[in-house]
Amino acid sequence: MKVTIDNITIDVEPGTTIMQAARQIGPHIAPPAMCYYEPLKGSGGKCRGCLVKVTAGSEKDPRPMPKLVPSCITQVQEGMVVENTVNEQVLEARKGVVEFLLLNHPLDCPICDQAGECHLQDFSFEHGVSKTRTVEERNTFEPVDLGPYIKLNMNRCVLCYRCVYTADQITEGRVHGVMHRGDHAEISTYIEKAIDNDFSGNVIDVCPVGALTDKTYRFKSRVWFSKPVDASCDCGKCSGKVTLWYKGDDVIRVTARKNIWGEVTSFICNTCRFEKKKTSDWKIEGPMAVPRHSVISANKYAANKITPAFPMKQAAEQYKKIDDNRDRSFLNAPKELN
Amino acid sequence: MNLSNRTKVLEQEEMTLSERIYLPAILGGMATTLKHFFQKPATIRYPEQTRYLGPVYRGMHILKRDESGAERCTACGLCAVACPAEAISMVAEERKKGEETLYREEKYAKVYEINMLRCIFCGLCEEACPKQAIYLRHDKMAPVFEDRNEVIFGKDKLVEKMDQRYLRDGWK
Repeated sequence: MKVTIDNITIDVEPGTTIMQAARQIGPHIAPPAMCYYEPLKGSGGKCRGCLVKVTAGSEKDPRPMPKLVPSCITQVQEGMVVENTVNEQVLEARKGVVEFLLLNHPLDCPICDQAGECHLQDFSFEHGVSKTRTVEERNTFEPVDLGPYIKLNMNRCVLCYRCVYTADQITEGRVHGVMHRGDHAEISTYIEKAIDNDFSGNVIDVCPVGALTDKTYRFKSRVWFSKPVDASCDCGKCSGKVTLWYKGDDVIRVTARKNIWGEVTSFICNTCRFEKKKTSDWKIEGPMAVPRHSVISANKYAANKITPAFPMKQAAEQYKKIDDNRDRSFLNAPKELN
Repeated sequence: MNLSNRTKVLEQEEMTLSERIYLPAILGGMATTLKHFFQKPATIRYPEQTRYLGPVYRGMHILKRDESGAERCTACGLCAVACPAEAISMVAEERKKGEETLYREEKYAKVYEINMLRCIFCGLCEEACPKQAIYLRHDKMAPVFEDRNEVIFGKDKLVEKMDQRYLRDGWK
């Protein structure tokens, strides 16, 4: 089945979604995804971050689709033509999506442990605007402890349902879900019921934002000050393939390994994640491959290639002339010293 | 040893009488010295006197407090990652109940250290700070230190004192 995305034609299996086809071409073509998560069945279609323009529906019916479609749940058809980054309307719509996702977001990135590997940060950095237009009060919730290891900060949640699907599909017996509707919707557990399943820690990894964070890692370090190392162990319950995050000689955090789309390749158990925090527990395989543009590679590898366009734009917007009218006449003192 | 065959041998002429007695040259030097007695000196008596440093001078670092006296820094680490000299380090800590007047945000810097031997006073930390917490003062230079033990400045030296607040013109 032939499909054209951003003027690149690719041959894919029937039943593939536009998102998967775009990902096969490469990361520069793939639309951003906040809720779609390939390993989780049924995920996608909620955040609207991956909206694309279909300029020709199929070979038989080449009319364009009237509205932008979410690429993660729309299947490709023979001869479909899709515009992602080349379409002005798509880019404009994404700006709006970022604005909606940030409506109730507290923007507390300096405090949040997810900062640096947050998908919402990446999404708004690449597709959003640097200013907020709302003055209304934001929804606020108190942070909640979900069991001894997980902290839920509802303020930051974008209601992507990834953690709910994870709990449904990976663990046996989900004890948390989304309560209430619309603007009042929130992730919650049945009244103070702790998540004590062996694989519950994976909800931290699948969370695209800092709503679900590791309590054993809380405020220990910023992501970009720690060094990620791939390691493995013989674990009876899971594959034992993890990433260790070092600060100095200490393992401060253990996470599952992720692919270039930020998706966990194999889920790990809570014992590996929360209890094995010594180098002697692990077999080190080597440093994790970190993309050059990632902030995680900052100060670690030579030649950070962060494009200066965004900071330059922001600096120009925020420039303020300093109002200083102190007497400076003596600076122009006559210079007659031979 | 002659390497290039381009060496020139200078022939010095014999000195004249006035040159041989040296007196005119000495008097000329004395006159130059004497002239400077009556001129405005090019130097000042630092540290008793100080010069105007300009409105955007980058001097001693200061960790600002807000109007109510709570520390603004949340130990987000952006200054440390922006620092080209890697002079800044910090350890974060969670704010406990009852400390709301001491720290503005949920997280604060328990330890905040700047190595003044490493710092190049470029001001990138000030630019990176999202909380307007760190500034390079325009009115005060970093103090002189005489011992290597003194060069790492901790929070005791960096945090603003509420009785001597640092305010800059044009901040309002």
